[in-house]
Amino acid sequence: MSKTKTDFWVGLFVLLGAAALVFLALRAGNMSSFSFAPTYTLTAAFDNVGGLKVRAPVKSAGVVVGRVAAIGFDNKSFQATVTLDINAAYQFPKDSSAAILTSGLLGEQYVGLTAGAEDQNFAAGGKIRYTQSAVVLENLISKFLYNTADKQGTVSTPGNNGPGGAHQ
Amino acid sequence: MSFISALGARALGIVSGVGDFTRFLVALLARSGIAVRRPRLVSQQIHFIGNYSLLIVAVSGMFVGFVLGLQGYYTLNRYGSEEALGLLVALSLVRELGPVVTALLFAGRAGTSLTAEIGLMKAGEQLAAMEVMAVDPLRRVLVPRFWGGVIAMPVLAAVFSMVGILGGWVVGVLLIGVDAGAFWSQMQGGVDVWQDVANGVLKSVVFGVAVTLVALYEGWHAQPTPEGVARATTRTVVVGSLAVLGLDFLLTALMFGG
Repeated sequence: MSKTKTDFWVGLFVLLGAAALVFLALRAGNMSSFSFAPTYTLTAAFDNVGGLKVRAPVKSAGVVVGRVAAIGFDNKSFQATVTLDINAAYQFPKDSSAAILTSGLLGEQYVGLTAGAEDQNFAAGGKIRYTQSAVVLENLISKFLYNTADKQGTVSTPGNNGPGGAHQ
Repeated sequence: MSFISALGARALGIVSGVGDFTRFLVALLARSGIAVRRPRLVSQQIHFIGNYSLLIVAVSGMFVGFVLGLQGYYTLNRYGSEEALGLLVALSLVRELGPVVTALLFAGRAGTSLTAEIGLMKAGEQLAAMEVMAVDPLRRVLVPRFWGGVIAMPVLAAVFSMVGILGGWVVGVLLIGVDAGAFWSQMQGGVDVWQDVANGVLKSVVFGVAVTLVALYEGWHAQPTPEGVARATTRTVVVGSLAVLGLDFLLTALMFGG
């Protein structure tokens, strides 16, 4: 009697632990976003991937259609090679374009796919030709600063390119 | 001269202590067959170590979750990103606080009782009596306790993390009014099953081995007097807690440092 009682409570204890782990994996973790649906891979070359991470979502029209599988560096073209796992249920025309976007001002980065107009779809292992790199905030700010400096230069000395004119 | 020999004796003492400890672990592992042959011995220990620690672990987890919710909201609110509260609570619990605080509680709640039990068995010459009856006390008494502790600890840590996240949800979403959808979706976006949850579980297993082993070792080597048992129990808490914190730093550096 007392033995089976102990067994019951130990069983309950272990079950509770298993339930806690399932809760952590499914409710708190990203296990539920793992899809075991068949996928096909596409590659895309970017000049700059910014802070893109492996397993970042690939979105088209805001819907998650795949995940970033790998990020590598091509030593010939000096570009980043991003491998994308796309859910086999979604097909994209061959002239679709990929861009690295940021969700919100400081959110995580993801790959945005914009469908093209061609009739043929990507085959597995296809390469996305039209890509747009991540926006690097530092470059943006320096551009803005140099532009302002340029403008001030033209105001104070008309007809003359400012000191920042040589920069981009 | 005496200074140098004191230093030498000290160094030798440390080295032989580590060796003793390792031999103790090897001796336990070598006798572990009994845990498979008589699983009821282990399940009794899980009941004693695990079930009875459940309440203190769950209540502590709830309050840690409450506090994380309040403090996290205070800080995140300054940067206008209260939605990340769920992520903050879940990551800090799953990666650090769950395994570490549970291990510290475990050393205090279960480790001390193991040390005191074995120390008193030794003082009452029960272990010697077993040996006279040709029963190996290492195998019959210590091995089931070791595996009971090793199995109970990850379960307790998982319960701690789960209850803590629910506590953070109660404070963040129900009391303060953070958006529930953002709370959970940020959490799911940022907590990785392998990188975070699995590494947290691995940590709790390592801590379970460390704390249980320290508790059994101290009990086994206790002076067989009331004073010796008292000292061994104290040492269990001190050495066990320090081992947990030191191992935590090492594991964190290995898992998340690179």
